[in-house]
Amino acid sequence: MTVRLIVGVLAVLAAACGPAQGAGEGVEGRIVVSAAASLTDAFAAVAVAFEEAHPGVSVALNIAGSSLLREQIREGAPVDVFASANTANMDQLVASGDVVAPEIFASNLLAIGVPAGNSAGVDGLDDFADEALLIGLCTRDVPCGEFGRLILARAGVVPALDTDEPDVRALLTKIEAGELDAGIVYVTDVASSAGVDGIPIDPKDNIVAEYPIARLTGSANPETGDAFVAFVLSAGGQEILGRFGFVVP
Amino acid sequence: MTAVRSTRTVRRPPAVLLILAALGMAVFLIPLVGLLARTPWRDLPALLVGDIVTDALRLSLVASLGATGISAVVGIPLAFVLARVEFPGRAVVRGLVLLPLVIPPVVGGAALLFALGRRGVIGEPLHEATGLVLPFSMWGVIIATTFIAMPFLVITVEGALRNLDPRYEGAASTLGAGPWTVLRRVTFPMIGPSLAAGLLLTWARALGEFGATITFAGNLQGRTQTLPLAVFVALESDRDTAVALSLILVAISLTVLVVLRERWWKVL
Repeated sequence: MTVRLIVGVLAVLAAACGPAQGAGEGVEGRIVVSAAASLTDAFAAVAVAFEEAHPGVSVALNIAGSSLLREQIREGAPVDVFASANTANMDQLVASGDVVAPEIFASNLLAIGVPAGNSAGVDGLDDFADEALLIGLCTRDVPCGEFGRLILARAGVVPALDTDEPDVRALLTKIEAGELDAGIVYVTDVASSAGVDGIPIDPKDNIVAEYPIARLTGSANPETGDAFVAFVLSAGGQEILGRFGFVVP
Repeated sequence: MTAVRSTRTVRRPPAVLLILAALGMAVFLIPLVGLLARTPWRDLPALLVGDIVTDALRLSLVASLGATGISAVVGIPLAFVLARVEFPGRAVVRGLVLLPLVIPPVVGGAALLFALGRRGVIGEPLHEATGLVLPFSMWGVIIATTFIAMPFLVITVEGALRNLDPRYEGAASTLGAGPWTVLRRVTFPMIGPSLAAGLLLTWARALGEFGATITFAGNLQGRTQTLPLAVFVALESDRDTAVALSLILVAISLTVLVVLRERWWKVL
């Protein structure tokens, strides 16, 4: 997680040091896209496709938990586009004037993630109360942690937690390594990881996570930022997201 | 011919040097200014007695002192062997000892997970034999912290031992002192200041450990969430608590480093 964060921060710094982009120059130059951890693989593919469609444009992805990304933006990080894994973080930026009119570009469901083979024999949310199992969630401040807690509350389960991971990728890594017996992750995470099996969550307890995207008002390269947002919402962008297991509007 | 110039202090350092030195100082000072500017001074007392803060402070003290203790028990002998015993591969071992200083701590944490985790090379047989699970436990925090902090002790003590004039120990031996007596009565007293400085640095580094801990031991309030982890989590949700926690870390570290430097750190 920290490694990615550092890479992200470097990307942000590198972008800040690059040549200034004036308005009206069209779609070109470099943009920094801050994207939620659950978008890691999908946005890497989206960024490549966008760069192919617009020669001369380069996209730097800054990946972390949505709430950390929100804080970076509030502290003035030179970011052009923000894609959050929940609406709450985006709404805070709308309130602070950092973005206007975000749009929902995808949604995702949550699932129970267990190490491939499910050696602990987890079969439902009830197992999250088992003290003998090693159970992890994301911290309550990132969307996957907020949703995981809501789902458990709806199911009436008080989890016997062993760790609050800083973002969904960190949680997934520990499940993949077999160090945790179960956690609540996104359906797309289960789809992307060979080392993790998914157990569906009863639709009455599950949550549909909506992903909003917006170009920042303080973007140094607004044309390219807008073009990226439009690309994510276009048929081509949506097709890529669908391939990674996201539900597209 | 009577012009005796002090070699200890340069009377008029060049202006360029002073400017660069000021920039160097700014590197250390600026983050502290940022922290102090954001400190909610009025609410600070209430924040400092909240559970997140007291739990994290307690775990941090236990983990950092535990790591310093383990480092003393195995790190001092390791420093002694590295300084005094010729053996094949000594250069490699020296490199290994320095590794935690240069690799990203998160890489160290991941490596520990693959070695000592429940499915790890050593962790799996250990788990099968004893039922012990190191990740997500206090022992996990202490192990991760020891891995990151112990090099400070080993290199400080090894350096002091190598600089020690062997004639003192030789004289003691000649006078009939056994090897343990020489160590206890001659060697350790002579490297005392370095030993203290090494222990202090190890403890200070242990107190600030983050990356290896969160990767290997996870993050749970009251069990594995030390001060740096609590700061990281609180930054996204409760900035005032994050700042209060950061202030504690800075205050403890700075006090110890400033006060004790005068006494023990002249050797460095």
